[in-house]
Amino acid sequence: MEIICNGVKTALDAEISLATFLRGKGLNPDTVAVECDGVIQARETYEGMRLREGMVLEVIRFVGGGASC
Amino acid sequence: MLTIAGRIFSSRLIVGTGKFPSSALMRAAIEASGAEMVTVALRRVDLNDPGDDLMTMLDRHQYVFLPNTSGARNADEAVRLARLARAAGAGEWLKLEVTPDPRTLLPDPVETLKATEVLVKEGFIVLPYMNADPILAQHLQEAGAAAVMPLGSLIGTNQGLLTRFQLEIIIAQARVPVVVDAGLGAPSHAAQAMEMGADAVLINTAIAVSGDPVRMAQAFAAAVKAGRDAFEAGLGVSGPVAAASSPQAGLDFLR
Repeated sequence: MEIICNGVKTALDAEISLATFLRGKGLNPDTVAVECDGVIQARETYEGMRLREGMVLEVIRFVGGGASC
Repeated sequence: MLTIAGRIFSSRLIVGTGKFPSSALMRAAIEASGAEMVTVALRRVDLNDPGDDLMTMLDRHQYVFLPNTSGARNADEAVRLARLARAAGAGEWLKLEVTPDPRTLLPDPVETLKATEVLVKEGFIVLPYMNADPILAQHLQEAGAAAVMPLGSLIGTNQGLLTRFQLEIIIAQARVPVVVDAGLGAPSHAAQAMEMGADAVLINTAIAVSGDPVRMAQAFAAAVKAGRDAFEAGLGVSGPVAAASSPQAGLDFLR
């Protein structure tokens, strides 16, 4: 199946949890924010949430910054 | 002591985490600055090259994270970024920035006020970046901003306090802390802002892009302290006529 993550089509072998997906990308689920289909997900739901065909994810985190760009 | 939204800070210097040549230098410079609050930005993760994680590079217990909404061009985008920042674990603090014009990066007053109203209702501690407009500062304060952050000059221009006269009015009228933000390119600029009675300053570019960020961070820390000490001690009034500092009496023997 396929999802769109950060604007890029991403193939997944099976329906995995959001937490598993993030860890697989080398990310710490505790330091990112995720929107699934435009809705911000509470961190407690990452383990239970299954990714499904066609889902659109935005994975955001903190970077160095002071003022606008 | 500086108090914002009930939290006490012993340092009046807030630093940004952008533009440093390396993470190690960023950490060292922030440490050297003595700052207790640091600004951070939110961006999409590059899934092919996630790189270093800022949240693990800086001790969350040592610093208050002040996420900004940089990149937002209107209130809706800023509100979305604010909610994401909270979801990413930054807490309630927020540096609100709405900058629709990429050339000047001037804050949009109407959208900034709108976003402040929404975010304060949602429980955020909102510190809006604003033009140095005394009336706008009052509107933001009434909308529940925890502090106001007027600009000294355009972001990243190092031009210092071009807005000095408006800043003086804002400082005189404000009931919330005034944090002078943007354009402070030299420690002397920071000292001037503090001498005027600003409650704090925010510095990023001037420290991050200097030849020696750690030393520059120390220089800004010293300047902020000097400026504040001078303000609290009470500066003399400037005037057009000389006023001798040596006694005028006891010169009779000369004439």
